[in-house]
Amino acid sequence: MLNRTLNISTSPHIVKGLGTDSIMQNVVWALTPVALFAVYSFGLSALLLLVTTTAACVLTEHYLCVVSKKKSTISDWSAVITGLLLGLTLPPNFPLWMAFAGGAIAIALGKYIFGGLGYNVFNPALVGRAVLQAAFPVAITTWHPAFLANRFTSVSVSTFTIPFMEPAVDGMSGATPLAAFKFDHITASASELAMGLTSGSTGETCALLIVLGGLYLIARKMMNWRIPVAVLGAVFVLSGILYLIDKEVYPSPVFMLFSGGLMLGAVFMATDMVASPITPLGVVIYGAIIGLLVVVIRVWGGLPEGVMYAILLANALSPHIDNLIRPRVYGTTKRMKRT
Amino acid sequence: MGLLNFRKDTFRHGVHPPEHKSETNGLPIRQFPFAPLIILPMVQHIGAPSVIVAREGQEVTRGQLLAKAGGYVSVPVHAPVSGVVRKIGNVPSISGKMVTGIYLETSPFSGQEVLESTPIDPDTATKEEILQGIQDAGIVGLGGAAFPTHVKLKVPDGKHCEVLMINGIECEPYLTTDHRVMLEQGPDIFMGIKYLLKATGAERAIIGIEANKQDAADHLSSIIPEGMPVTVKVVPVKYPQGSEKMLITSILGREVPSGGLPIDVNVVVVNVATTAEIGRLLPHGRGIQERVITITGPGVQKKGNYLIPIGTPLRYVLEQVGVDENISEVYMGGPMMGVAVSNLDISIVKGASGIVAFTEKDVKKPQEIYPCIKCGACVDACPISLNPSKLGILAKFGEYDQMAESYNLMDCFECGSCSYVCPSHIPLVQYFRMSKSIVRKRITAKQTATNAK
Repeated sequence: MLNRTLNISTSPHIVKGLGTDSIMQNVVWALTPVALFAVYSFGLSALLLLVTTTAACVLTEHYLCVVSKKKSTISDWSAVITGLLLGLTLPPNFPLWMAFAGGAIAIALGKYIFGGLGYNVFNPALVGRAVLQAAFPVAITTWHPAFLANRFTSVSVSTFTIPFMEPAVDGMSGATPLAAFKFDHITASASELAMGLTSGSTGETCALLIVLGGLYLIARKMMNWRIPVAVLGAVFVLSGILYLIDKEVYPSPVFMLFSGGLMLGAVFMATDMVASPITPLGVVIYGAIIGLLVVVIRVWGGLPEGVMYAILLANALSPHIDNLIRPRVYGTTKRMKRT
Repeated sequence: MGLLNFRKDTFRHGVHPPEHKSETNGLPIRQFPFAPLIILPMVQHIGAPSVIVAREGQEVTRGQLLAKAGGYVSVPVHAPVSGVVRKIGNVPSISGKMVTGIYLETSPFSGQEVLESTPIDPDTATKEEILQGIQDAGIVGLGGAAFPTHVKLKVPDGKHCEVLMINGIECEPYLTTDHRVMLEQGPDIFMGIKYLLKATGAERAIIGIEANKQDAADHLSSIIPEGMPVTVKVVPVKYPQGSEKMLITSILGREVPSGGLPIDVNVVVVNVATTAEIGRLLPHGRGIQERVITITGPGVQKKGNYLIPIGTPLRYVLEQVGVDENISEVYMGGPMMGVAVSNLDISIVKGASGIVAFTEKDVKKPQEIYPCIKCGACVDACPISLNPSKLGILAKFGEYDQMAESYNLMDCFECGSCSYVCPSHIPLVQYFRMSKSIVRKRITAKQTATNAK
């Protein structure tokens, strides 16, 4: 006699098996080569910086969960991504106390205040960086040359700046290729840029590894390929048009693609699922807006780099893009009324 | 893929769950033994319950009428076995509610010959006679919907049926019922199509089959009767292609309007097993007594496709095929849209196309539900291009009216593709089922209030 208590559950009774935590973990794996190369090219300072920002994000998230009497959400790995991304966008010699503050702000103001994972309006890492940029404009634009001989034995003097003190300047600052172009009109070669041989933020220099990380995520269907393609495509086309108009004044499209934080931003930041639109057409528009803003800020703005503000602005637009761009529902002829 | 949708012979989006069909698709249909006690609920179909005409203690013959249709949208119930009506009272149903029904004790010494009544000749019968015959045979959609077939076949005045679509898609994982029916009951299917073409006035019939049943497609193509306007069309494998609307889009490229029926695009869709049943019963004037069911799943020992009398208790079915010690969940239907049964005392109903048993290690684990990260997997899966992510968030905040008015909630046909792909394990389709029923209640309440004025 068959006598067993049966469980009941709602259909579907099978699931695909891909989990949010595993998507987040894979993003971390995809970022690992970029981080390792950063440590290789900038040495101990970069290592300390990445550890600091990641720890700041994870600790802040855990602390906020504890004080608001919720189950800690650090196991979803999203705070680790925010920490790594923040560290990768800062100069390698950035003072650690500032970096820690940036990580805390990224999680608290960039994510937790909106309701945590899934509810953030902006990419949290970029919120942290934007606050740092406003608060410490000098420190965040003081660049360190890559491949210093003593990079594995000594740490940049500015790294251990005492909190709330001016960072010491070690007289070894190296201009980034974008700044060099903007202010002195010197162009770095494309191969130098792609291989990460130039100075710049910790993780933005090696375009090749960033692209590989992106391809890995796209292959595993954990990243929307349309976003980086749209961003990079828009930058290439717009700067290409400008370059054709006047080769003397405007940088070449290849230089635009591989310099600064564009590659890191297009592949790992603009693709933040939460802060980007959800429809295929929506993300293409979103990516094109980012590309357009990057070119506008770089070419006509006061700053040498514009990726951060471009992504933050597009993040703010993405709910509106989702509201405007709605795929036609099966069996309907016109779009539903908008809210 | 909205922008780059070049493929014509399938619908947009959809998912590809593991098929698990090879476990039973090579096993021929076998007759199942008669259970000692048959339990027949009077609501095995959508519509009014059947009205019992048998009396307690009455001796009945297999195929004899036990309950007549309770209205136009209703069908009769016939005795699946020869035996004695033991009791008329409440019987358990899959919903968990008790419903009116009949307990029929199988007569152990009967030869189980089937009672026949007036045959319906496909050549001379009128459209109305065929529709009446289909209702009298107690036929409902055997694919799972259990909607009375004669109602579906009735083409409303002013509408025209151009294509009769025979649905042999069977996109639910594990199930091979329709596959075996197509391989073994070809002549019945074509006889059924003959009746159906006449009943609907359709100019032609198309049998739609997914590519994982190529053998069935080849077989049916090879036995199409001379002069019958039937074609067999094979489409790529994709869930939920077996849904009427998706099938019509895959094969004809037409879209059934929101809130409308297939007849609005001049199509009537009938499941292939239903078609075979019509072709088998009507020439003899018989009522439906049994159906083909795939009994499968990792918890089942003797998996197979069985011809099982309607009303056979689920417990008896599972005892006969043998199940593992640690079965945990049993589904009536497939794993994508089937219902988990709460107890084994319910019985096989006309709409049951499969029984799937999962053991403890096969059932989906109670996973942590993460917040929606707007990854868009559901948007890429939804066959009717809804935004399940947005709908899920609105459902969470109780914005049911906005879901219906601005996000086409009521178009959702609950295929479950969104829940299947969601990496955050959000039970989206369950949210939508609940939201839809709340919206329906609100609409009814509003109408009642308006009528009262």
